[in-house]
Amino acid sequence: MANRIPRVAVREQDAKVRATNFEEVCYGYNREEAMLEASRCLHCKNPRCVTACPVNIQIPEFIAKVNEGDIEGAAAIIAHDSSLPAVCGRVCPQETQCEGSCVLGVKGEPVAIGKLERFVADETLGKATAECAPSNGIKVAVVGSGPAGLACASDLAKWGYDVTIFEALHKAGGVLEYGIPEFRLPKDKVLKHEIDEVKRLGVKIETDVIIGKTVTIDSLMDEEGFKAVFIGSGAGLPKFMGIPGENLCGVFSANEFLTRNNLMKAWREDYLTPIHAGKKVCVVGGGNVAMDAARTALRLGAEVHIVYRRTEAELPARREEVHHAMEEGIVFDMLTNPVEILGDEKGWVRALRCIRMELGEPDESGRRSPVPIPGSEFEIETETVIMALGTSPNPLISKTTEGLEVTRRGCLVADENGATTRPGVFAGGDAVTGAATVILAMGAGRTAAKAIDEFLRQ
Amino acid sequence: MFEILTKEMLTPIICRMKVRAPRLAAAALPGEFLIVRADEKGERIPLTISDFDREEGTVTIVTQKIGASTADIIAYEAGECFADVVGPLGQPSDFVKMSPEELAAQRYILIAGGLGTAPVYPQAKWLKEHGVPVDVIIGAKTKDLLIYVDEMKDVCDNLFVCTDDGSYGFKGMGTNMLEHVVAEGHSYTQAVIIGPMIMMKFTTLTCKKLGIPAIVSLNTLMVDGTGMCGACRVSVGGKTRFACVEGPEFDGYEVDFDEAMRRQGQYKSEEAAVNEKHVCKIGRG
Repeated sequence: MANRIPRVAVREQDAKVRATNFEEVCYGYNREEAMLEASRCLHCKNPRCVTACPVNIQIPEFIAKVNEGDIEGAAAIIAHDSSLPAVCGRVCPQETQCEGSCVLGVKGEPVAIGKLERFVADETLGKATAECAPSNGIKVAVVGSGPAGLACASDLAKWGYDVTIFEALHKAGGVLEYGIPEFRLPKDKVLKHEIDEVKRLGVKIETDVIIGKTVTIDSLMDEEGFKAVFIGSGAGLPKFMGIPGENLCGVFSANEFLTRNNLMKAWREDYLTPIHAGKKVCVVGGGNVAMDAARTALRLGAEVHIVYRRTEAELPARREEVHHAMEEGIVFDMLTNPVEILGDEKGWVRALRCIRMELGEPDESGRRSPVPIPGSEFEIETETVIMALGTSPNPLISKTTEGLEVTRRGCLVADENGATTRPGVFAGGDAVTGAATVILAMGAGRTAAKAIDEFLRQ
Repeated sequence: MFEILTKEMLTPIICRMKVRAPRLAAAALPGEFLIVRADEKGERIPLTISDFDREEGTVTIVTQKIGASTADIIAYEAGECFADVVGPLGQPSDFVKMSPEELAAQRYILIAGGLGTAPVYPQAKWLKEHGVPVDVIIGAKTKDLLIYVDEMKDVCDNLFVCTDDGSYGFKGMGTNMLEHVVAEGHSYTQAVIIGPMIMMKFTTLTCKKLGIPAIVSLNTLMVDGTGMCGACRVSVGGKTRFACVEGPEFDGYEVDFDEAMRRQGQYKSEEAAVNEKHVCKIGRG
């Protein structure tokens, strides 16, 4: 039986070696490995993996094509539902989505759907697959060039719309560019090609335009002739804990640390932007961003601790990232919560004062909530503290646009199709949900594209 | 790409450039700033907007050579292009949002230190254009480091110039000049202080002594300038604020200047290492 074949292991850079460089960790499958892994798929009648995928990629169908060795055929099937497969194959939390619902996973290992998607995307990178309808000349503005914006823009462009993406930073990609490090998502090798593909569809990308400051949504619609706007501005504002000492020198948001490293390429000697890791770094948090910051600091030469208030089982990061971080030698201080950052006489971080935690009753998220153990405070000596506690949407747009409602948490109010409280203005991704995943943002961008198309046809 | 239309050296290390950036020029207001990234490998450097021309679609920036990145910026010539010029960033000055009645009750004293004279210029210009009484103090270490003296005369009621060494104007610092001006009988409802952090700290103290409310414009570290990185956080009245989106102007009485100065120097050792290795682009072919 096909499922007797064990899951094909993916080749990776040796943990000791990769801890000192920014090359991609995972090498991905070659053709033989991919075809062998593809042969494990049972082609379920009611494929649960498809339902579990936020954009419902026809997974068994593309895997069948891989099994036949028809990689371009597989790419065409994926392209029908996803515009960023090389990205998603790398950064999606497959274990809670497609692979998490794979029948093979009940008794053994699920099909490596993410790795197969990545293989197909990498093999066909730069080879155009999507076709465009003739131009209809209707202008649509997209705010933000992250996953939500890119997905929305490419669908609209395929249907003939004249789409311009406005990006606040100097480079397109949003969190894919500033947030996710090179060792997890290579920029020139992978991301650039996926963005070039969106441009090939006719989408214009205007960088250095901050919507809400450089121009407003009102002026785009009233003066520049845009008939609809999609806001995919993400969740870019860093959170801090509100504990004493957070403004000491050597305390950084993960956003600052990662933006310096990724967008500004501070890890490269020939780029001018500085970055400070020091000898020892404590990263506070347990999500993907915490793992990215920790592994970046490690590669910059620091000893790194992850400080997290729950246990390993509750870490919200992708399992693969946690596994990789552990292999690379990052120390996990679990059930530990910072209460204060202590400084030296020069105003630099000296230590992180923490309290031990234990797990109590489950909270509304279903996770057991951590409770401090009285009297258990202790200090971790450290030079640098990186706060990776999540992010919230930037208020620049909502504050400068008439009629856009936001929730108490600063998220844009939008219905299930992405329509905001202002006619003609749609939104999706982290700007609506708060920080979530690349694939959910992409899905929201595509849903909104459909709604924009319907709105403009009326 | 953003073309540099004109370039002039105001002092051996301070340079004024007019750059084509139509969207930015159309939106800019006094008090706001912008970010320049000279080329692909450059840093994002926050700079003050010292003037803007909406019709021409240009902004004027004034840059002082401090480290490798600012040296690169001032090495550019007219006709060349910066990779990126983005803005306007931050909040406009409070007076921009005031009603005519509120403005009518104001008498401003703008106190500029060194390079800070450049962002004071559009503020004085705006106030003068709106008929608000405005005096300006320009202070510098020495005569050679004074900028905007002639331009400023046209946009304020009284201009007071001082140098630490007495090589031009009044001998003394901005704080001494301010005390002198007030002693002579001038009175003000609001001071705006723009200059080096240490100058803003001590000038704020003098304002406090004289009972003049003081606004300062903080030149903190920044990466994106849109609220994403938090490198610019400052303590104002005991609360953490982001200078890039909530500032750069804050109530000087409330600012923790000592913390702000320490935070400003956070990357000093990394920058020193870069400066040592960096081959300045001045004189490149």
